[in-house]
Amino acid sequence: MGRTLAEKVWDDHVVVKGEDGAPDLIYIDLHLVHEVTSPQAFDGLRQAGRQLRRVDLTVATEDHNTPTLDIDKPIQDPTSRKQIETLRANAAEFGVRLHSLGDAEQGIVHLVGPQLGLTLPGVTVVCGDSHTSTHGAFGAMAFGIGTSEVEHVMATQTLPLKPFKTMAITVEGELRPGVTAKDIILAVIAKIGTGGGAGYVFEYRGSAIRALSIEGRMTICNMSIEAGARAGMVAPDETTFAYVKDKPHAPKGADWDAAVEHWKTLPTDDDAVFDAEVFIDASELEPFVTWGTNPGQGASLSASVPDPASFADPTERAAAERALEYMDLEPGRPLKTIPVDTVFIGSCTNSRMEDLTAAADIIRGKQKAEGVRVLVVPGSARVRLEAEAAGLDKVFTDFGAEWRFAGCSMCLGMNPDQLAPGERCASTSNRNFEGRQGKGGRTHLVSPLVAAATAIRGTLSSPWDLAQDAEVAAFATGEDA
Amino acid sequence: MEKISTLTGPLVPLERSNVDTDQIIPAVFLKRVTKTGYDDALFHSWRQDPEFVLNQEPYKHGGVLVVGHDFGTGSSREHAVWALRDFGFTAVLGPRFGEIFRGNAGKQGLLVGQISDEAKEALWAVARANPGAEITVDLETRTATAGGVAHDFQIDDYTRWRLLEGLDDIALTLRDEDAIAAFEAKRPSWLPQTLPVERGAQ
Repeated sequence: MGRTLAEKVWDDHVVVKGEDGAPDLIYIDLHLVHEVTSPQAFDGLRQAGRQLRRVDLTVATEDHNTPTLDIDKPIQDPTSRKQIETLRANAAEFGVRLHSLGDAEQGIVHLVGPQLGLTLPGVTVVCGDSHTSTHGAFGAMAFGIGTSEVEHVMATQTLPLKPFKTMAITVEGELRPGVTAKDIILAVIAKIGTGGGAGYVFEYRGSAIRALSIEGRMTICNMSIEAGARAGMVAPDETTFAYVKDKPHAPKGADWDAAVEHWKTLPTDDDAVFDAEVFIDASELEPFVTWGTNPGQGASLSASVPDPASFADPTERAAAERALEYMDLEPGRPLKTIPVDTVFIGSCTNSRMEDLTAAADIIRGKQKAEGVRVLVVPGSARVRLEAEAAGLDKVFTDFGAEWRFAGCSMCLGMNPDQLAPGERCASTSNRNFEGRQGKGGRTHLVSPLVAAATAIRGTLSSPWDLAQDAEVAAFATGEDA
Repeated sequence: MEKISTLTGPLVPLERSNVDTDQIIPAVFLKRVTKTGYDDALFHSWRQDPEFVLNQEPYKHGGVLVVGHDFGTGSSREHAVWALRDFGFTAVLGPRFGEIFRGNAGKQGLLVGQISDEAKEALWAVARANPGAEITVDLETRTATAGGVAHDFQIDDYTRWRLLEGLDDIALTLRDEDAIAAFEAKRPSWLPQTLPVERGAQ
């Protein structure tokens, strides 16, 4: 019987095959490190008198705590500052390569690996961050780990792991204009639920996935964890090879040819069998938005806030009731009538060039809605530089948005970028949990296009609404649209 | 890690589903560089409500937490496990867990057992009828007993063995040092390394 992509990558990394229910020992090709989940792991190494086994397969950056303004000044919050300083001291002591705030390669850890060419097809990638699934876009097996596992990888460059089950998520058909990778993944999560992927590695397949850029695939793989799957993958293809080629650490010359030859063997065999399958029709998707407090509580933007009574499952019903209370929304309210205070464009889900370009194309020459705060935070210092070279910073600031330095920013309430209690945000990030963007803050997850349209109109909107507005305006003035 | 065989304590019902790790411990408490001292951070937002279960007398000191489905989803923060442990919880029982959370718990000696929906409801009913009722979790037999009824729970054989023996994962892996070295010797030469730093074309 043939093997799936995930099974091939797994098999390639088995150091010791587990017997009698013991896990397999899996080799880790790339360990990404950041300041939040590493200090206790470095401490553990020190206490046990252990070395970091492979500093040459380890790279660190600063992202969660870092401010996105005044990055040349000392970090004001003393606990955040101490955590960053601890990473710097640990990196120096153990010899780990670190891209600090101010460095051209600093940024959200999940942008750093790909842009350096360290994330490649067929490799295993781990990081003490659940959104490590992002790297699966290249056909890598990538997953988030806890701090004990961070220490384990530092000490041994391996992890004892039980094999995963495999789930094919097939997305066929063509997306309509205005519908993006983000809408695909939000629809997937709404369909299978926040725990539906538990125990599985997803493989995203089908014509709609093949048509996506690597950046779009990263958006999709990034949120696999939001459906409970630890990893999500896309088979490598010419799009992948073209993206990887010439990146600083990507193989060169004869090595490149050898690598591509191997990568071409990775896609799932025709006769391989998945443990579960899910189908999505891309052509039916609309711009999507969450209304609740977990990423599975979402709906098409054209829909209304659901009535909790409509949920047959009592736990789902209770969760919906609680979510609507927290979100301060009433059943039946059209989603498009919901006004926001803040629009956040950023995070490891949607902060790459393609995301920023798409948002800029929507807002170019327009003004943001009055009273709405718009934050645009490139995911990495390199993306920021590229965006500025393309003049995007000017587009955003002319619009009335704030153009910030790279980091996790308002995706999670760990740095100065936070929502105030009761504040409502259209956010291109990945989690709408209670208080995720700041205590008492309310989050609607959206695509960069929806974020941009919402920033213009002040209420949850998509580019489709902007087109309609233009038609109405043209009608009123007697001109052709 | 200390060996675990039987755990006894108050049965603490958390009658909610989809409790993500941001609720267990908000990100603002993740800035610390220590591994202990997180008891004040556990369920920080929910504990502002005097009615919250952990603010009620029989439940203020931890015990065995019985939760709804999809507990510990979301972020990989091991701080969620440290906070539960620091508060006084020794075990968590529920129908389904976030996988990273469950893995983290196993590494830190917090017993996470999977129970059926019926068992969860039955245990919640015991707590409602008799707040502060004791529960005994027996890792050897994989049963949780409260209100005179024993419920089976699932935990994978390997984690159970490690908890029963109190074994350190890293030390176990280092027994395979030779296999790791042999694997490393065979890795393709084109695989990237983070060092030395390459400043290639961009």
